[in-house]
Amino acid sequence: MLDGEPCNILENEFVKPGKGQAFSRVKIRKLISGKVIEKTFKSGDTVEGADVLDTELAYLYSDGEFWHFMNNDTFEQIAADEAAVGENVKWLVENDTCTITLWNGAPIAVQPANFVELEITETDPGLKGDTAGTGGKPATLSSGAVVRVPLFVQTGEVIKVDTRSGEYVSRAQK
Amino acid sequence: MQSNNWRPSASIAALKQRALVLRKIRHFFAERDVLEVDTPALSHATVTDEHLHSFSTQFQHPFAPQSQTLYLQTSPEFAMKRLLSAGSGAIYQICKSFRNEETGRFHNPEFTMLEWYRPGFNHVQLMSEIDDLIQMVLECEPAEKKTYQALFKQHLNCDPLTATLDELKTLAKHHGYGELAAEENNRDTLLMLLFSQQVEPHIGQDRPCFVADFPASQAALAQISATNPLVAERFELYFQGIELANGFHELTDSVEQLSRFERDNKQRQKRGLDRMPIDQNFIAAIESGLPECAGVALGIDRLLMLALKCNKIEQVIAFENSRA
Repeated sequence: MLDGEPCNILENEFVKPGKGQAFSRVKIRKLISGKVIEKTFKSGDTVEGADVLDTELAYLYSDGEFWHFMNNDTFEQIAADEAAVGENVKWLVENDTCTITLWNGAPIAVQPANFVELEITETDPGLKGDTAGTGGKPATLSSGAVVRVPLFVQTGEVIKVDTRSGEYVSRAQK
Repeated sequence: MQSNNWRPSASIAALKQRALVLRKIRHFFAERDVLEVDTPALSHATVTDEHLHSFSTQFQHPFAPQSQTLYLQTSPEFAMKRLLSAGSGAIYQICKSFRNEETGRFHNPEFTMLEWYRPGFNHVQLMSEIDDLIQMVLECEPAEKKTYQALFKQHLNCDPLTATLDELKTLAKHHGYGELAAEENNRDTLLMLLFSQQVEPHIGQDRPCFVADFPASQAALAQISATNPLVAERFELYFQGIELANGFHELTDSVEQLSRFERDNKQRQKRGLDRMPIDQNFIAAIESGLPECAGVALGIDRLLMLALKCNKIEQVIAFENSRA
């Protein structure tokens, strides 16, 4: 916890003179504002631990204002707002499992699965005979995400995408 | 995870270079008639410095009803000075030293120390010998010499020897350490913070840099200067952002030494740390007559990091701690 926000430690460098006080130079991401800051602590200093918990929940639906998730074991439901879902809204697939970070029981971040399968709703018909490579073409997916796909992939097909890089992986195995 | 942890953290090529550097160092001292010695890693007493944390273990003597606490040495200093007092003459040692609560890019809880003592030398003469050794191993330019005070003034526009606690707090706050500074009431902690974060990164980039005349409050086992009571005859060597060595014109006054150890223990108690047993054999050795001498401890692993252009200590030691 820092300035009232739960934080994630990105890097921690141990600094210690041979004869002297040890320090930790820490790079921190504030989970609410998303700000990345650097701070130096004296070794042994303590900060309040954040009551943060990652849970695996299935995505259900969006009502336009909230995105609803469900715990498949307890059937307990949780609604995340736009701030928590953020950019990842474009990777939400119904019934897919996402990692929801809860702080004091409320969702503050939504992380989709590393790979998701989505249907192409619109893309230019590619040139015949083209196989892989050559840069590809943009394709709009059912979730609204736009990714580059090879020319041979067509509207209506389901593809597998890496959500961390936003890159096309392959056609879905159906 | 499990699969690759048996492998060394350093390459075999790096380990060959390591062996070569150690051979060169031994040759350097043989030529200068400095005797290689080997002192205990386990001792009944240990360092009292509040910033050093010794590992301890239990020794069960086969005929004793109770076990005894022994400490792994954080440096071979005390035992080597006992040899000096016993008339050894110039000595050096290459050994493992152990420091708890230290790990990172430049730290491993056990590391290899080169420590040597020169009776009849002062710290200035010793710096020149260190310079020769470093040039031989790293094939670099001769080192430059600066004082702690001059560097602090140059980079922070503040005199570290006379600045008040409040002035140091303001300076730390100005450099972005406001929260740490607000609760810190130890001048030396603030000096260490400012020096390590704001000065060290700027020094010894092109050639090694000796920083001499540390504040008297950070004297450790060094003599206080006869000409300026605000500074100690203590120096450090830096090169390319790495703190490589720490040396002293050694304190030879047993009463002063004992009182510094007792002061350390009081400071430990204040911070809720355990008092450490003072090495009475060491005090007795100084009392019986530690010759005027200068001594230095140099981190071999860090020297190798510089020689092999590695940026992590694990790249120059066979098995860093998590694989040990």
